[in-house]
Amino acid sequence: MEPTPLAATPRPDGDRMIVNMGPSHPVTHGTLHIVLELEGEIIVKATPNIGYLHRGVEKLGENLTYQQFIPLTDRLNYCSSLMNNVGYTVAVEKLLGIQDPPRSRVLRVLCSELARIGDHLVCIGINAVDIGAFTAFLYLFRERETIYDLFEMMAGQRLHSSFTRIGGLFRDIPAEFEPLCEQFLESCPRTVDEMESLLTHNPIWAGRTKGVGAITPENAINWGYTGPCLRAAGVAQDLRKGQPYLDYDSYDFDIPVGTTGDVYDRYLVRTEEIRQSLGIVRQCLDRLKQLGPGPVIIDDYKIALPPKEKVYTRMESLIHHFKLIMHGIEMPVGEVYSATEAANGELGFYLVSHGGKSPYRIHVRPPCFPIFSSFDEQVRGRIIADAVSVLGGMNVIAGELDR
Amino acid sequence: MVIERIEAQLPGVVLDRHDFRGDETVVVAGDRFLEVVDFIFGEGFQMLLDVTAVDREDREPRFDVVYHFLNLTSQDRLRIKVPVAEGCAVPSLVSRFKSADWSEREVFDLFGIPFEGHPNLSRLLMWEDFPGHPLRKDYPLDGGDRFCSQDIGASFAPEARSLNS
Repeated sequence: MEPTPLAATPRPDGDRMIVNMGPSHPVTHGTLHIVLELEGEIIVKATPNIGYLHRGVEKLGENLTYQQFIPLTDRLNYCSSLMNNVGYTVAVEKLLGIQDPPRSRVLRVLCSELARIGDHLVCIGINAVDIGAFTAFLYLFRERETIYDLFEMMAGQRLHSSFTRIGGLFRDIPAEFEPLCEQFLESCPRTVDEMESLLTHNPIWAGRTKGVGAITPENAINWGYTGPCLRAAGVAQDLRKGQPYLDYDSYDFDIPVGTTGDVYDRYLVRTEEIRQSLGIVRQCLDRLKQLGPGPVIIDDYKIALPPKEKVYTRMESLIHHFKLIMHGIEMPVGEVYSATEAANGELGFYLVSHGGKSPYRIHVRPPCFPIFSSFDEQVRGRIIADAVSVLGGMNVIAGELDR
Repeated sequence: MVIERIEAQLPGVVLDRHDFRGDETVVVAGDRFLEVVDFIFGEGFQMLLDVTAVDREDREPRFDVVYHFLNLTSQDRLRIKVPVAEGCAVPSLVSRFKSADWSEREVFDLFGIPFEGHPNLSRLLMWEDFPGHPLRKDYPLDGGDRFCSQDIGASFAPEARSLNS
């Protein structure tokens, strides 16, 4: 069943109804404003009006030290803040030319994949709620609760984790982490199966999503699509495979791709990515056991703070601590662009350093920014109800969109 | 590498190049920028990931517009920098890359760099009558006096914000 896009029939008087969707509307999930021009129920033009959540993150970054910027990255994509932490610290480490310890690398992959699962669960759950399928949402959010419990154990924070540090992590995971994570690995696949039994063959869900937001691979590339939306269009582009960072090339996982790029395929791609990420989490837990205890942050006190017990007892460590807090890290002069595969696609950080403790320029390339810019093309000639499913399928997060 | 091929195909177009930490970068002049973009498009750099700018306050020309391209087949990246003086325009890439639309509007909004040939060059993140361009280096972090004037109210005036009053 392939629904054909409805063609707008021009009305003789040319009158158009203007409908404001947002800035505070239940389906916008964040503060977005979309001006819809309608002829009857058909969208003739959609004008997204963004910037309501613009906090000047890039300007602030120019006035903060490299370390102080980490909490601001939490607030980009707040559904998967750990992945932003990882993406940013990987960028700063590229600028410094250093690598974090092996245990930290495994833990970073572990928390990134948990965050990816959480992000996809939210995206699918909320997309379903917007379209009227409330049940799946409740099942999925039970699993997300467990993910947030795991984050709380790791970072001490559920939402705004600030877990990474330049050169490693804030701390190691506690002993209680592993049993809960094992429990999660047991229950999450069942929940995903349950969700699939509620949605995948549901005729209402299929009717609302199949053919909606379909895009060709060439067009998706031209729009700058990355992540699940690009893969749903049939392009097997994943930075974890294509440009491996954090030793992703040593993990065993597959990249799911779709065929039509519509909301239904995006849903299927995200569902399969959850399963693949669960597999990576499993591999991470095994690796942590193999590695045994070890440092999670680099042993270079010109970059990372010395442990507190040394600061209180040894003069050199106290001096290092003071120098790092007051003068920051000595950065080489240069510029780097570092990209990681976040839940929504390529999350890039462009850093320009003139030496000194703050970046001269810091720019964030949020994955949903180019995707959302195609919104008008995606919904033109369709009905308002389709705009709701397209918006959910894009997974627009206003925090990273507006920065 | 692609930079050698650019130099061979379009002699004299590359003003400068470097590859700090493996990031291949070329600097090209604005008037020959579109030639370079068309050439690298044929070489497989078909995805424009990002457009941004850097304000180098004490240099002439003042701004660098920075483009990041990705080759999906070879997974190579290329950064192109176009130096531009204040008030001068850079050719728009909207006719070639749809992703340039919002990115260029953002650069126009936050840096005040115009893009020639952009179909709808208006502010994106800030509101229409916002004064100035906030990511310029001479724009104060707290917005400056414009946001502390009496129009907005005495509670926002500098003396009211002082901790000692």
